[in-house]
Amino acid sequence: MKIEIRIQRFNPEQDQAPQWRDYAVEVEPTDRVLDALHAVKWRHDGSLAFRRSCAHGVCGSDAMLINGRNRLACKVLVKELKQPITVEPMRGYPVVKDLIVDMAGFFEKYRSVKPYLINDEPEPKTERLQSPEDRERYDDTTKCILCGACTTSCPSFWANKEYVGPAAIVQAHRFLLDSRDQGADERLPVLNDTSGVWRCRTIFNCTEACPRGINVTKAIGQVKQLLVKRRTRSRKPS
Amino acid sequence: MRPIVRHQYDAVIVGAGGAGLMAALEASKGCRVAVVSKLYPTRSHTGTAQGGIGAALGNLEPDHWEWHMFDTIKGGDYLCDQDAVEFMCREAIEVVYALEHMGLPFSRTKEGKIDQRRFGGHTSNMGKAPVRRSCYAADRTGHMILQTLYQQCIKRGVTFFDEFRLLDVLIQDGRCCGVVTLCLATGEVHVFHTKSVLLATGGFGRMYKVTSNAHTLTGDGCSIVFRRGVPLQDMEFFQFHPTGIYKLGILITEGARGEGGILRNGKGERFMERYAPTLLDLAPRDMVSRAIYREIREGRGIDGKDYVHLDLTHLDPKVVEEKLPDITDFVRTYLGINPVKELIPCQPTAHYAMGGIPTNIDAQVVMDARNTPLRGLYAAGECACVSVHGANRLGTNSLVDIVVFGRRGGRRIAQEAAGGEFPSMPAKPEERALEEISRLTSNLGGESSAKIREELQQVMMDHVSVYREESGLKEALAVISGLRSRYRRVEVGDRSMRFNTELEEALELGYMLDLAWATTVSALERRESRGAHSREDFPKRDDVNWLQHSLAFGTDGALRLEKKPVTITKFQPQERKY
Repeated sequence: MKIEIRIQRFNPEQDQAPQWRDYAVEVEPTDRVLDALHAVKWRHDGSLAFRRSCAHGVCGSDAMLINGRNRLACKVLVKELKQPITVEPMRGYPVVKDLIVDMAGFFEKYRSVKPYLINDEPEPKTERLQSPEDRERYDDTTKCILCGACTTSCPSFWANKEYVGPAAIVQAHRFLLDSRDQGADERLPVLNDTSGVWRCRTIFNCTEACPRGINVTKAIGQVKQLLVKRRTRSRKPS
Repeated sequence: MRPIVRHQYDAVIVGAGGAGLMAALEASKGCRVAVVSKLYPTRSHTGTAQGGIGAALGNLEPDHWEWHMFDTIKGGDYLCDQDAVEFMCREAIEVVYALEHMGLPFSRTKEGKIDQRRFGGHTSNMGKAPVRRSCYAADRTGHMILQTLYQQCIKRGVTFFDEFRLLDVLIQDGRCCGVVTLCLATGEVHVFHTKSVLLATGGFGRMYKVTSNAHTLTGDGCSIVFRRGVPLQDMEFFQFHPTGIYKLGILITEGARGEGGILRNGKGERFMERYAPTLLDLAPRDMVSRAIYREIREGRGIDGKDYVHLDLTHLDPKVVEEKLPDITDFVRTYLGINPVKELIPCQPTAHYAMGGIPTNIDAQVVMDARNTPLRGLYAAGECACVSVHGANRLGTNSLVDIVVFGRRGGRRIAQEAAGGEFPSMPAKPEERALEEISRLTSNLGGESSAKIREELQQVMMDHVSVYREESGLKEALAVISGLRSRYRRVEVGDRSMRFNTELEEALELGYMLDLAWATTVSALERRESRGAHSREDFPKRDDVNWLQHSLAFGTDGALRLEKKPVTITKFQPQERKY
């Protein structure tokens, strides 16, 4: 089938400002938006730039704004979309070229929450034990692929780029709720900061944008609860 | 002029999947190491591995590393080097515990131990019955390994050069001394001077039309060192995974059959009963893929077409949703099918290169049939051929391979860095890389990378896939030769510096053309059937003439093959039945 696709193009080496270009391409009804982008690149204009790798929603390379919503180009089928399909880069980070944004700021926030297991106890000879129930508590947030769809759909982030953002909070949650982790004291102050979790206004854009189906807003809520509990505890006389 | 930036590190690791990150973690304990990757590390293909990592922990039933060793060797149709397999299966246990200690969120048993599931070709007591050996985290084990290793690298402060593409590996006076890379964001060329290089650049499934592999799996590291005179080993062995989603090639984990899933033909028959009476649907991948091709050829595909069904409908819906959530999601997203109630259309999909850059047990690259190491050059993971997978890899063993040999290689490069001076560099190290780029970006030949790539993928699928025979392989070779000459006239329209992905695709096509050539010539030469290499004109295994690795050397535009002995220690070759 023939489809119409409008892509925001911008190469700062040549262009003053981003501009829309329209393409008509032949695709299969079962094709993904990523296939349509490839059809443009391989048959019409080789200079079109976008990131992609696994093409089935696991590597997190191709998050972009598709018909006004953050999606992975490889996880949405063209037949499900109204035409012309519009494709733009994610909002909130500088555009490097066409659909590619500079993710440096995103990964800086990710690193700020110490996204790794902290446990200084000597390692046992075999595995540390963890009950299936304890494992289940942080299951949802282990699915995160760091695509950036949540953070770049968040109005609080658009308003204040210092906000640590939903993706970093999801990563913090994954460790804060892991029974093996002892890093709460190092991690929670970052999240309690003025650019931390309190900037979240529970708008739910992040949850709607997540291509992995993570309940991001719920995870942020649980981190807020941890902070409240901690504050209450620290006020009690010892 | 393209700006040139120079760096010096004790060691450079190219590729940031499981093997590269594991190597980086180890090497960073002893030296200054840089990791260079064309993708942001968490985009690496390790992240798509689903079903698990094999290790004889024996958490649910008795198991032993020696049984794992036997299964791996039998699964590899006796082409594995048995010393390397023994090392891998012993280390697997310790390395799985190490991953758990790093925080990997394995699924758990009731007692809180690492849970294990069944997988193809993994048995207890040397083939008696399927065994629970695959340690897993739902059906996203690779994702969790990649995330966990990357997290640990951040904790350790490893230096990353993200989105830097390998252009050349520098070898001077028989010693590797550095790499040349392209910074994708700026178009600058970065030259790294180093004491040792470890390649962890992954596989090259994209030379096939239907593949489970990411678009970026184009064999860059394998091809670049091949051009520098390093041979490629056992290239004729390319694994087709039996259950790719029809037409799309997206992987459906063997874990789906490990949890009880059944393959059915157009008549609804469980056809694996006829091909592997003991292991049934959990026979090794080469056998199941051949069985599917046979069923299709004999008219028993679904509605006579070129696919079969994977049936999960008899399983407890909870098992499907909780133990296989990702593949459930894929099937719903891409096919609009609910796997709890409906059958999944499947066909074999190009999945894994058993062959690659020959290495020894220390991950050192070796240059000939006598296993002479090339000083300063290492390789680990799918780009390497140790050889632990022989003629056919067992499921879960790719993840074992990357962490075991990544770790081993990382330790070795740290040792190498501790003593010794930096090797001397060529006078103009970037010259060859710059020439290649400038040829592609100034060409007016009018050939399109996309078109050549499509033709390559089609011919590889038609003649160099599950079944092969002489006339088809010769035809493929003729087509590939034609594509290689057309490639010289490929034109890159985009002349800009930043994120020139058109230039990237042209470079990658050149790599795949090399590897398809080596694969096809090796497949034509091997006149027997062993593991994933199945010749219809030579249907039997021939241990007298072919219990040998093959080495392909591509020097001066010609391809030369040599044989290399297989290391056999504990298990003598037997007939392979399941």
